[in-house]
Amino acid sequence: MFKKNLSALFAGLLFGIGLILSGMTNPAKVIGFLDIFGDWDPSLMFVMTGAIGVSFFAFRKASGLSLSLIKEQMQLPTARQIDLPLIIGAVLFGIGWGLVGLCPGPAIASIATGGFEVLLFVIAMLIGMAIYRLLKR
Amino acid sequence: MEDFTPIASLIGGILIGLSASMMILLNGRIAGVSGILGGIADAHKSDVPWRMAFLAGLVLSPFAYMLFSQPFAAKLAVPDLQIIIAGLLVGIGSRYGSGCTSGHGVCGIARMSRRSIIATSVFMAAGIATVYITHHMG
Repeated sequence: MFKKNLSALFAGLLFGIGLILSGMTNPAKVIGFLDIFGDWDPSLMFVMTGAIGVSFFAFRKASGLSLSLIKEQMQLPTARQIDLPLIIGAVLFGIGWGLVGLCPGPAIASIATGGFEVLLFVIAMLIGMAIYRLLKR
Repeated sequence: MEDFTPIASLIGGILIGLSASMMILLNGRIAGVSGILGGIADAHKSDVPWRMAFLAGLVLSPFAYMLFSQPFAAKLAVPDLQIIIAGLLVGIGSRYGSGCTSGHGVCGIARMSRRSIIATSVFMAAGIATVYITHHMG
């Protein structure tokens, strides 16, 4: 119990440091990446390459485990179907992402440094998540 | 293209990949931020602390980063109403679509999930279209 909380804390720290170093917490840089018809900045392709390149091997190893290395249940997603919620959700998410250049990870990693605007974004995001939860019932 | 940062972005990406690797190999979980956050409300009691710990790590990460360098402070140069609409869409969309940039874009693609590859293509296309409309039209 203690081990999994400690590893999650470290993973969160590492994730956030990676986001900051990579430029993901800089909304202008994210917009620059999405602006393929303008002054395109391909840096974020390198973020994905690094992140996917490393974790690919971890997920390959994980798919053969019945318990994690600290004896936790493995909880890999089981959904396989390409359905409407997946597509509509991704469209809505993409529009929001493109409107300001923030997604959930970088937004949370910027709470302490981003001032009022980031806080406003995070509160709206939490309300959005709560609305989803109400509608799902 | 003024601010191309391939090396910093690649190293940052590798750290994100290491974090996702830790989460799956140690905790048996996907490092998807919208799922970890949005799932708290309905999570089993024993699943709340690790979620809070991961999120606390994210919130505290700029302070850890300060040990090496000055972190970039996100500055949003758009009207408050646009920020609110964007936040609502990101919140609803990431939950309805079962993931965001981390869960689908990194973890999902790394485990070669067809759902995640499609979701990532769709939200990137929607993001590109949105930036085109807000920056190059009107």
